[in-house]
Amino acid sequence: MSEAGATVVKLYPVKPAKVYVFGTCLVDLFYPESGMAGVMLLEHAGVDVVFPQAQTCCGQPAYTSGYKKEAREIALVQMGIFTEPYPLLIPSGSCGGMMKTHYPRLFEGTEHYEQAKAFSERIFELTDFLVNVCDLSLEDQGSKTTVALHTSCSSRREMKTTDSGKALLSQLRNVNVVEPEKATECCGFGGAFSVRHPEISNAMVQDKVSHLTSTGANSFLSSDCGCLMNIKGAAEKQQETKALRAGEHLLSFVARRAGLTIDDGVNL
Amino acid sequence: MSLSQGKNTFQSRSRAAIEDPKLRANFLSAMDGLMSKRDQAFEDKAQLERLRILGAQVRQNALVKLPELLVELETKLTQKGVQVHWAQSPEEAVDIIKAISLNVGAKNIIKGKSMVSEEIHLNEKMAEIGVRCLESDLGEYIIQLAKETPSHIVMPAIHKNTAEIADLLHEKTGIERKEDAIYMTEQARLQLRKNFMAADIGLSGVNFAVAETGTLCLVENEGNGRLSTTVPKTHIAIMGIEKVVEKLEDVTPLLSLLTRSATGQAITTYFNMISGPRKENELDGPESVHLVLLDHGRTQMYQDDELLETLRCIRCAACMNHCPVYTRVGGHAYGFTYPGPIGKILMPHLEGLDETQALPTASSLCGACAEVCPVKIPIPDLLVRLREESNNENRQTSRVKGAGVKRHGIEPIIWSMWRWWHQGEKRYNFMTSMMAQFRFLQPKTLSPWTHYRSLPKLAKKTFHQQMKERQVRINRQAENLKATSKGEKL
Repeated sequence: MSEAGATVVKLYPVKPAKVYVFGTCLVDLFYPESGMAGVMLLEHAGVDVVFPQAQTCCGQPAYTSGYKKEAREIALVQMGIFTEPYPLLIPSGSCGGMMKTHYPRLFEGTEHYEQAKAFSERIFELTDFLVNVCDLSLEDQGSKTTVALHTSCSSRREMKTTDSGKALLSQLRNVNVVEPEKATECCGFGGAFSVRHPEISNAMVQDKVSHLTSTGANSFLSSDCGCLMNIKGAAEKQQETKALRAGEHLLSFVARRAGLTIDDGVNL
Repeated sequence: MSLSQGKNTFQSRSRAAIEDPKLRANFLSAMDGLMSKRDQAFEDKAQLERLRILGAQVRQNALVKLPELLVELETKLTQKGVQVHWAQSPEEAVDIIKAISLNVGAKNIIKGKSMVSEEIHLNEKMAEIGVRCLESDLGEYIIQLAKETPSHIVMPAIHKNTAEIADLLHEKTGIERKEDAIYMTEQARLQLRKNFMAADIGLSGVNFAVAETGTLCLVENEGNGRLSTTVPKTHIAIMGIEKVVEKLEDVTPLLSLLTRSATGQAITTYFNMISGPRKENELDGPESVHLVLLDHGRTQMYQDDELLETLRCIRCAACMNHCPVYTRVGGHAYGFTYPGPIGKILMPHLEGLDETQALPTASSLCGACAEVCPVKIPIPDLLVRLREESNNENRQTSRVKGAGVKRHGIEPIIWSMWRWWHQGEKRYNFMTSMMAQFRFLQPKTLSPWTHYRSLPKLAKKTFHQQMKERQVRINRQAENLKATSKGEKL
């Protein structure tokens, strides 16, 4: 359990009629099925999804690389798109963390600070929102399986949503969820870190792969595409067990197990 | 001292450390032990959080009043007969200590553990004038025999296992080789006793300096701190200017946080409160006491509200014990006095960003350090801040020494292009849909990512495209529905 967890009070809105979804660039290019799964689950819970096509990236890559000006300009673009007061849901802990905790820092001392602060208060991690706001009910359609859950650093320490993945999975009665040893340790991705310090990053992901493998699970899940890309990529490269290579986003796993397909959620 | 250029870079040192299985195993097991001890020491997590908030406030309060508190400290200490010296640079600090040594005709200095003395490279500087510095902290004693530097700020010899220490002591001191920690400690103790008695000066660090009372607090477990500060005729304490606190009562939460965070102890074996030289009727204690206050880049942090938070540090090392990078590369790979997360945000101010530019980048920003920091230093935010300073276009106006060091080459151009790409809906969607359409052209390798990982495969259709198509379907269905209902009406 996260240490700060002892004092964190999170405020949630009542279940809204409409929400925004922010896709994130990794979901957009590599894992669109997890974004679609998030949309289906939301609509299954009776919440309409608004997806503005003008959205691009949260600005995190530039922010964490120390290109504040560039990050600010991209953040401003996003802040200008989601103008309705709907909650804004992100299927990724780190992009969520960027918008929720770093936007205010990014605009500190500028004319956009208040806007950024108000914007950040509307940000929720999609899985967390499903669990704590949507009152979702799911019927597990799959056969018995065991999955290892990787919880990301940003969900743990920025979004404080570590437990929501497990809570969502608990609705699937045939799914047994296990946690790897040293679950709270970083997988070694860290965006540009993995490219600037490939050896250190690799040493970290090797350990993560080995802890996940030791769980003996049939697959592994993550709510964060960065971690997913890193761990899955390392497992594939070293021909690690099939279970790890089959790793996927938590949302696409849940939607599939619940038997949701792309147009089920269309409320017509 | 620059270690960041040429072949001896952070990258090359960390690579070598990762390839050393013994070193990695030593750090991994030591850090696992320290993490679990700390966890057990803070059983009640809500209480821990309250204590951390208090600790952060106490330190922040002291920093806000830093100039006044330092003057008050100097006044109180002077009244008690302590001679206070101010040093802006390591060179000045060394000169002060050299002058004191020459004045008392010192040949030998016995040292309690002091990271500030490491920061100013005291041992080698004193050797220049023929004064021998002997370390009395067991870990420091070991690394001095090995002619190494500390790899950890609390446990300087943590990179060595029992077998390596047995080899070293056998080789350097001639004692029997036994992999027995108690035996080796006893042997070291015998040698250290002689060193204490032969020393002309005792040199120590300071954990907290209380302005209100003029008290220097020293936290230790081996008793070497007490001997260093009481046996020799002269005691020199050295501290960074940030170590001052306002009141004696401020020490209580900080001490509790320090010992629990560092070693999982509720309290250390020794806690020394030094308030001046031996008085007339007293039987022991040094005849003269000096305090050297060192700046060395600290006022640079002091002048900036965000960077100031770095100075809250009480040097417990919990950040490095919990750091996935430190655990894997060890302390020496960093190449500077203070390793680990705190070193990454501190060393750039001490040595300049130009000398330390790799340090702020060597983090995945996982936040494990900030989560355990007893005084709530937002280490990841400060790392990002230093990355920003590295790219700062206005190096003249930056408060950080060496700012703008990375503002050249291809990187700024790449980020400008990245910005352009993500600024417009049309160009972004055009480019991502092109990538999806021509995904068969995706390269198999992309160095250095694919050195250790495969690349994720580009999706057939982007999320944007899928959502757009879905919207079209929804609209069509809605129209059909409307048409049907109209038809029904007719």
